[in-house]
Amino acid sequence: MSRRRIHLAAHFPGVNNTTVWTDPTAGSQIDFSSFEHFARTAERGFFDYLFLAEGLRLREHRGQLHDLDVAGRPNTLAILTALAAVTEHIGLVGTLNTTFNEPYELARQLGTLDLLSNGRAGWNAVTSSDAFHGANFRRGGYLDHADRYVRAAEFAALSKALWSSWRDDAIVADAETGAFLRDDAIARVRHESRLFDVDAVFDVPRSPQGRPVIVQAGDSPDGRDFATQHADVIFSLHTEFADAQQFYRDVKGRLAAHGRDEDSLKILPAATFVLGDTAAEARERSREIALAQVRPQTAITYLEQIWNRDFSGYDADGPLPDVEPDTGVETAQGFAGRHAAIRARVDQLRAQAAAEKLSIRELVIRLTAKHTFVGTPEHVASEIDRYVQERATDGFTVVGHVTPHGLDEFADRVVPLLQERGSYRRSYDEGATLHDLLGLPPVAQEAAAR
Amino acid sequence: MPHRIPLAVALDGAGWHPAAWREPTARPTELTSAAYWRDLARTADDAGIVFATIEDALSLGGRSSEADAETRRDRVRGRLDAVLLASFLAPHTRRLGLVPTVTTTHPEPFHLATGLQTLDHVSRGRGGVRIVAGSTAQERANFGRRADGPTGLPASGRVEDDPALLAAFREAGEVTEAIRRLADSWEDDAIVRDLETGRFLDRERVHNVEIAGEFFSITGASIVPRSPQGQPLITALAHQSVPFRFAAEHADLVFITPTDAAAVAGILDELTAPEREEPLRVFADLLVLVEETRAEAQAVWDRLQERAPLTTDARVVVGDADDVVAEIGALVEAGVDGVRLRPARLPTDLDRIARLVAPRAADAGILAPDTGEPTLRERLGLPRPTSRYARQEVGA
Repeated sequence: MSRRRIHLAAHFPGVNNTTVWTDPTAGSQIDFSSFEHFARTAERGFFDYLFLAEGLRLREHRGQLHDLDVAGRPNTLAILTALAAVTEHIGLVGTLNTTFNEPYELARQLGTLDLLSNGRAGWNAVTSSDAFHGANFRRGGYLDHADRYVRAAEFAALSKALWSSWRDDAIVADAETGAFLRDDAIARVRHESRLFDVDAVFDVPRSPQGRPVIVQAGDSPDGRDFATQHADVIFSLHTEFADAQQFYRDVKGRLAAHGRDEDSLKILPAATFVLGDTAAEARERSREIALAQVRPQTAITYLEQIWNRDFSGYDADGPLPDVEPDTGVETAQGFAGRHAAIRARVDQLRAQAAAEKLSIRELVIRLTAKHTFVGTPEHVASEIDRYVQERATDGFTVVGHVTPHGLDEFADRVVPLLQERGSYRRSYDEGATLHDLLGLPPVAQEAAAR
Repeated sequence: MPHRIPLAVALDGAGWHPAAWREPTARPTELTSAAYWRDLARTADDAGIVFATIEDALSLGGRSSEADAETRRDRVRGRLDAVLLASFLAPHTRRLGLVPTVTTTHPEPFHLATGLQTLDHVSRGRGGVRIVAGSTAQERANFGRRADGPTGLPASGRVEDDPALLAAFREAGEVTEAIRRLADSWEDDAIVRDLETGRFLDRERVHNVEIAGEFFSITGASIVPRSPQGQPLITALAHQSVPFRFAAEHADLVFITPTDAAAVAGILDELTAPEREEPLRVFADLLVLVEETRAEAQAVWDRLQERAPLTTDARVVVGDADDVVAEIGALVEAGVDGVRLRPARLPTDLDRIARLVAPRAADAGILAPDTGEPTLRERLGLPRPTSRYARQEVGA
């Protein structure tokens, strides 16, 4: 039996404490040269795609801008389209919100990226509904939390209909007869529901890959349903081997109900890595990086977000504060997913700190700076391969910890070993689309939309 | 010392003549391809053109007033998002300013602002924007969010006679101010990377914009740090008093469409705004078809017109390069700060502008040479705006 293929995505370091700006080699997070270097490295390493997150509002902490971590980033679509100009093969995937965009515009923007990159575009569709982010947009926090995935699913369906509304051979450009379009070149797309009232004629021709690849990252039951229905890739957080295998079985098992093949949905969890010439050296580096990722102030701030109290007087190397959290008002806005169940969370943290005898900083290192793969390049390559061969993942979304050079050593030292194992590409096929790179089935021109 | 001006070009589809796509030199099946736009941008860049505008609209038929714009099959159809196209062209060009068109009714002002700031970052200070007010019925149906809006110009032809159009111009003004304010929201030195204090950011130098207008509100600062030009170059096309006022109030540069050089003075009078720190730059538009000889140009023109008669707001010049240079010279005499050429055919008339018109305009002493200023604003003699928030600090 042939070896399963490893698929890798490269995540540009983000605006949280994973990204170490205090490293002497750290460069600008906004200059185009940083993005260009990162993209060229990922392409040199034959990654399937590079991946950029989205900013809707600067992070705040207790009512003020969060100033300890990297802040400030480009508009996702504009930077990806600029990167299309300096790359030839690699996929270009960005996170874009279904709540604070409208389908017609986002579909034409992604369609533009897809055409200019010759079929290399992808969209990580995320949902949001909170008033904090909504405050930067026309409609504010208009969407009920319960409707997040209703809107996301309709948004995705509507986008797919728009992308498939142009025939591949729509443009005839017959200079003699004067016909630019063929008669039934473009289908009208109508979508009327509680959330949308669209009667559209799309204005972007169909791309070489039919439509952008759709990625999904949410882990809730609604998120999994959305993924099995609409997504081509899941960007999961399940990296522990047994857990990853279980998630993989669960999600792939749901596909048949939607008439989908197992290979039509790839699962690429986020993974960090630390390399060393020996296992001991890698462990030592991992420890150094963790200490840089969780500086004393970072650790205190982390607890302040959960407790919603001022802990500036506390020693990060000391025990957890012996005070109750303030659950009255949420102020740690912009930190996705940290709002709920404060008390339960505090109890859980206290239990963990007590059981493992952890200081504040050591606890936060355990929680936010545990590196997925730590070891020699041989060890990391064999682990990645094991996950894929034993059906725990289809590959990984690799995140470096330094901008823009963090991916270099992975491309230089791990990728050649993956290639030697025979489960990773040695070159890109000429003209391959992102669908092709990911081994996804071709996109049929949906007859229903026509 | 004679007055010298820069040349700009306006790029759209297969050119500004509706039959241009049927010409043998046209590339009608490539109008949304990377190679086509890269070639156009490089031609303009190499010719020393100061900037290229890129048209856009949020519907298949664009801003055409034809009732059958969405269904007719004999016109160029299909386009790319102009802000993204400009971002794509930035790494392919060295000097050329990139000025995409944006409509202001439907898009999120926050996304527009961060997109334009990013264009300025990726082009290292060559980003601009052309602001368009209003929407069409098909645009509104495509979005499905706002049922009401203008239905083209009122019978009088005057914007001020249609409340919906007036509202659209007010909204365009709000969007433009949001773009400028968000561009200012990070002061230039907001990123401190201070190892001593552990602060990446000086939060005192990043400002929530707190916009609460008639059409939308925005609370936070931009997500994008300040860009090389500080603010993108803001431009608008204007034909009559409300748009003139809009341009004088909100734009750095306006495109005008004088019927001839003699009409320029009257327009310049209308464009004076009392409260500007920096005078509004005025570029006159010319739609040009250039051949080696006048006779050849006329023959091509007749063929195009027979296939699809052109209706245009701009003065049309059909002739050889000297004819175009003479027209540019007359506009220079009349006091404009620049001329934007709309090629009747793409790529042909852009090639002719690059190969024939620009060199002859230089020989005639009316073309401003490129003296190497790094940003688009600087090439146009415009200062880099200081962040309004930084100014407040100094004043306090």
